[in-house]
Amino acid sequence: MVEQETKKVKREKIPRQPMPEQEPELRAKNFEEVPFGYSPETAMKEAERCLQCKKPACIAGCPVEIDIPGFIRLIKEGEFTKSIRKLWERNSLPAICGRVCPQEIQCEGVCIVGKKGEPVAIGNLERFAADWERENGTGDLPPKAEPKGKKVAIVGSGPAGLTVAGDLIVKGYEITVFEAFHKPGGVLLYGIPEFRLPKEIVAQEINFLERLGVKVECNQVVGRTVSINELFEDGYDAVFIGVGAGLPILLNIPGKNLIGIYSANEYLTRSNLMKAYRFPEYDTPIIRGRNVVTLGAGNVAMDSARTALRLGAENSRIVYRRSRTEVPARDAEVHHAEEEGVEFFFLAAPTKFIGNDQGRVVGMECLKMELGEPDDSGRRRPVPMEGSEFELECDLVIVAVGAGANPLLTQSTEGLALNKWGYIQADPKTGKTTKKGVWAGGDIVTGSATVILAMGAGRIAANSIDDYLTWGW
Amino acid sequence: MFKIVKREEMSEGTVILNEIEAPLIARKAKPGQFVILKANETGERIPLTMAETDPEKGTITVIYMVVGKSTALFKTLMVGEGYQDIIGPLGKPTDVEKVGNVVCVGGGTGIAVLHPITRALKEIGNHVTSIIGARSKDLLILEDKMKAVSHELLITTDDGSYGRKGFVTDALKDVLDKGDTQLVVAIGPVPMMKFVSKLTQEYGVKTIVSLNPIMVDGTGMCGGCRVTVGDQTKFACVDGPEFDGHKVDYDELMLRLQAYCEHEQQCYNDFCMLNPQ
Ligand SMILES: Cc1cc2nc3c(=O)[nH]c(=O)nc-3n(C[C@H](O)[C@H](O)[C@H](O)COP(=O)(O)OP(=O)(O)OC[C@H]3O[C@@H](n4cnc5c(N)ncnc54)[C@H](O)[C@@H]3O)c2cc1C
Ligand code: SF4
Ligand code: FES
Repeated sequence: MVEQETKKVKREKIPRQPMPEQEPELRAKNFEEVPFGYSPETAMKEAERCLQCKKPACIAGCPVEIDIPGFIRLIKEGEFTKSIRKLWERNSLPAICGRVCPQEIQCEGVCIVGKKGEPVAIGNLERFAADWERENGTGDLPPKAEPKGKKVAIVGSGPAGLTVAGDLIVKGYEITVFEAFHKPGGVLLYGIPEFRLPKEIVAQEINFLERLGVKVECNQVVGRTVSINELFEDGYDAVFIGVGAGLPILLNIPGKNLIGIYSANEYLTRSNLMKAYRFPEYDTPIIRGRNVVTLGAGNVAMDSARTALRLGAENSRIVYRRSRTEVPARDAEVHHAEEEGVEFFFLAAPTKFIGNDQGRVVGMECLKMELGEPDDSGRRRPVPMEGSEFELECDLVIVAVGAGANPLLTQSTEGLALNKWGYIQADPKTGKTTKKGVWAGGDIVTGSATVILAMGAGRIAANSIDDYLTWGW
Repeated sequence: MFKIVKREEMSEGTVILNEIEAPLIARKAKPGQFVILKANETGERIPLTMAETDPEKGTITVIYMVVGKSTALFKTLMVGEGYQDIIGPLGKPTDVEKVGNVVCVGGGTGIAVLHPITRALKEIGNHVTSIIGARSKDLLILEDKMKAVSHELLITTDDGSYGRKGFVTDALKDVLDKGDTQLVVAIGPVPMMKFVSKLTQEYGVKTIVSLNPIMVDGTGMCGGCRVTVGDQTKFACVDGPEFDGHKVDYDELMLRLQAYCEHEQQCYNDFCMLNPQ
């Protein structure tokens, strides 16, 4: 009893272990990952802070219900290999989730320890276990069931598709992933920058699936190179569609097509997938602005504004039409961006881009906004203030105000019901679409969301596909 | 790898033909569609409209002009070597319809793109007059092939070294003056398409052009290929590449094609230093 008491006191004294990071001035100029990760000692110390709750709130807060106290206990005991196995039971991409999940509104947001002080650093620990395995692990593969003699096609290699692939390959299905780009990974590869998610890690996670037997076919634009119906003709028994959102939203204001106005998709794809940040070693060019303005304030906007700094911007500014309280990006991202020198202009929106005689953007005109009544999303609607025009000088504009549903696949596939915004209708409990033998999940169903929600949808679909191939539709 | 099975040099080595093994694409491709090619790991994604496809052999043919680093790199690829990545078929196929009298106008490597479209338009029962042009005789490509798929073939060169001296628009004007042309298809350098469209607009003849803006993904994901058509912004990779020639904002397209000219120059110079010839 006494011993327990002292242990508790000791535990309460351990502060949340900070993650060492590159200094802001330094990192704003390079593409290397910002946080360095925990050492085994720090991880074990942080793991001690977990109370091992009987009814863990954190698990309920996790979209894929990872046994959080379970994997944390194993880290505390120094059983790192067992810990990663525990994670893999529910999450096939822990090195990625540990880095990009919004833990503050999920597991960590409801952690009991967080009620009084700072929550257990669940994300950092998840990342630690996955990194440790990658660097020191045995590389052993999890066990696989006997071959079932059935084939599943997965369209899109983002987190949704990769989760379905990982879940079904161990159940004994033959899996082929069809990816439109020349490399797999979806947004993990072409959207999220190197300094937040090293591409080496994405490649390793995919390599892990390939070692399990998943076939990845790149350069396959389903709907063009091959259609969904043809996949069935080719002998696939089920198809999962996880093609992401993938349609850029651009602003419809004068000057919108000037050179130097990129959609965030184009800017980030050039930099991340095509490695334009290493031009001319890589051949794809990218416009490197001095005065850069990013429109929007989600994660995509933060990634764009921070990329611009690394590509040599003197000023990297974010212009957002609502106020700081409405910023949709994760706090950690906003914090990192501010530390690195990104400036924020809240309550402002562009009305017009100004170009020079070569068709290049040189500035933009903005209006100040004030917040009015709440709109459909429950956020207060920004209303322009009359006569509040001001100009911003800029030679590069990145439009990061959201994404829509890319119609390429959905419009070339008969029998797939879409909602009014063009996203695929899928049963939230199974992922089934209105087309027989076809499932869908991730951003193409929900609209732009998160990695973990896409994975959760993949998990649900994988279970339903397994049921179908065992019992029928 | 997508292997090159045939390679030819044309136009004094400034234009290259590659026939490439790509069975899945060859099976699906229709006239007017394009592919995106990437030579190697560090390469750029370059869109090229297909000049020919052979579903039986499983090959596609592209013909490109050497204009910068990426095409200079493509030029170094020999038979037996190949491209790391080819994606396609992309874009909408040409609307091939029987309308009556059609004039197909081509310039530069646009002639390569025009060829399968011309053939399809003839096969469906149109009377096809083709007009192809180049700066001079040595730079003209695919004369025989175009002759074979047209009822009549007119040739112009800027310097008069072959065919009629002048621009394709001069020959086109004469054809249009005869009246009774239902459709013009114009594919070539942007200024050529611009002037052809200007001319046909005066005659009120429907005109289709094929645009070649800078692209990245080719699937409607980035918006880099956007062009203004009428009062709308269109993505050439999915809404095109063919558009109503009378509605395209050619001046904007020409500017946007210059977006990376400084980068191009740097890259190309470096490449030429390392790979003389
Ligand atoms: C810049 C950026 C930063 C983000 N940051 C975060 C973050 O920090 N945390 C977080 O949780 N979420 C973040 N997100 C959101 C998250 O990345 C997405 O919600 C998630 O990736 C969606 O997964 P998905 O599998 O549905 O689709 P995607 O990841 O979009 O993958 C879809 C794949 O399908 C391919 N495809 C499309 N069409 C076809 C076709 N016709 N045939 C074959 N393949 C096709 C695409 O090329 C792509 O590879 C971010 C998104 C972006 C853009
Ligand atoms: S809620 Fe917090 S303390 Fe409780 S088990 Fe989860 S991580 Fe541990
Ligand atoms: S090339 Fe990206 S949208 Fe057309």
